Amino acid sequence: MIVVRLKPLAEICPMVAHHHRVLVVGCNTCAAVSLAGGEKEVETLVAALSLASSAKHETAQFEGDVVQRQCEPEFLEDLDASGYDAILSMGCGAGVAFIAENCQLPVYPALDTMFIGVSKGFGSWQAECSACGSCVLGETAGICPITRCAKGIMNGPCGGVQDGVCELGDRDCAWVLIHDRLAAQGRDKACSIGDPKDNAAKTLCPEWDMNKGHGESR
Amino acid sequence: MSLREALEAGRFAVTSEVGPPKGIDVSAMMASAELLRGRVDALNVTDNQAAVMRLSTIAACVHLKQAGFEPVLQVTGRDRNRLAIQSDLLGAASLGITTVLALTGDHVVVGDHREAKAVFDLESVQILKVIADLNAGHDMTGHDLIGTPEFYPGAVVTPGSVPLEPQIAKFEKKIAAGARYFQTQAVFDIEAFAHFMSGARESGAKVLAGVVVLRSARMAHFMNKNIPGIAVPDGIIATLERSENPQQTGIEIAARFIDECKEVCDGVHIMAVGAEHLVPQILDAAGLTEVIA
Repeated sequence: MIVVRLKPLAEICPMVAHHHRVLVVGCNTCAAVSLAGGEKEVETLVAALSLASSAKHETAQFEGDVVQRQCEPEFLEDLDASGYDAILSMGCGAGVAFIAENCQLPVYPALDTMFIGVSKGFGSWQAECSACGSCVLGETAGICPITRCAKGIMNGPCGGVQDGVCELGDRDCAWVLIHDRLAAQGRDKACSIGDPKDNAAKTLCPEWDMNKGHGESR
Repeated sequence: MSLREALEAGRFAVTSEVGPPKGIDVSAMMASAELLRGRVDALNVTDNQAAVMRLSTIAACVHLKQAGFEPVLQVTGRDRNRLAIQSDLLGAASLGITTVLALTGDHVVVGDHREAKAVFDLESVQILKVIADLNAGHDMTGHDLIGTPEFYPGAVVTPGSVPLEPQIAKFEKKIAAGARYFQTQAVFDIEAFAHFMSGARESGAKVLAGVVVLRSARMAHFMNKNIPGIAVPDGIIATLERSENPQQTGIEIAARFIDECKEVCDGVHIMAVGAEHLVPQILDAAGLTEVIA
């Protein structure tokens, strides 16, 4: 899933302060599961913005709506923005962009898009994928060195690892994890040298059309 | 005799390091180097060490070379992508700087420009492979070079890394990628280091043991706590604590360790961390009295 996080109110308010009637749009898929853009969070943000607005004697009105997925055209068809002069999206960056592409109003992001990740427990997520366009997880025991190593190293731990913890101190060393899991599975301990990443795989793939296939999209 | 010639001839080699200044006045860096003149085979020049922006490594290497020192150009992957790394390496070789040390580099966020984009397009092992490509007369994509450099590529290893096994796997990759010599993270326990060396010997790569001159028990505690892969043994800390002159004791400890290294590895890399003036005494005490030409 795409993991998202609510921006501070102090950052959201100025974005929409000069508008009169703002539709706050939630996204009922990733953003809802991230506990940042579902029905409940839309309600809370609408209430918070309304309160902030009236406290400053401003006249802006905020109302809420939720679509199933902001990143798909059929769900956006359900969105009725008539009568509003701005949209505040509680979706990921793709949702914000897609609403902006499909309606004439200014669209603002209420969330920051953090990463592609997994749920580690209530209210806690971990980055697992950087959408690099050339997956190596088969060789790294399912632990992504691009994502989980702070330096994206392809060849083992750097000298900064201490007792299995990254030099940044905020995460486990991806390469110690990879090494341990490969060993536990009785697999080759990543002896082959990892080549430099093919960054073109991503750069040259701004769109993906399965009807055209790999050859033409890259 | 260059570092390469010394190591290949089997002579116990000594390297140390200097850091370029933040600014353009290189006099303090050169003064540090002067304290080591005639006592070291080569001087590492750090590359925006600890992710703190400083004068360019290549420029600092040129200053040292012009003054008659052999610089070891440290190349990290943190600040440059693969075009810039190759380009800078070629530039260095064109200026006669060919002893190089490949590193991944400390992360940007530990330094003084923490909002910078961390590049890491290539890391240590990949940089070593690129150096091998350049030495073979072509760039990493196979395009021929006009004039072929002759780099002497080295790398680092942390014999005290915990856990050790992934570190050893990476050490082996570095050798496979072309590292000819290694400088280690600071080591203090000669027996543990000898154990590491018994495995490393088979690789044929030359190893220079990292030596940090401890000047107090406090410094030892600080290093144990804050520097990954460093473990100053309790016995050494106790000796420093008991000492009435901890700096002199630190000099004796370093000298004894260097002397013991002669039987174990191919040289030492002394990280003086501001105590360059002590290095000649340490080398004297370790019996490395000859002036290295």
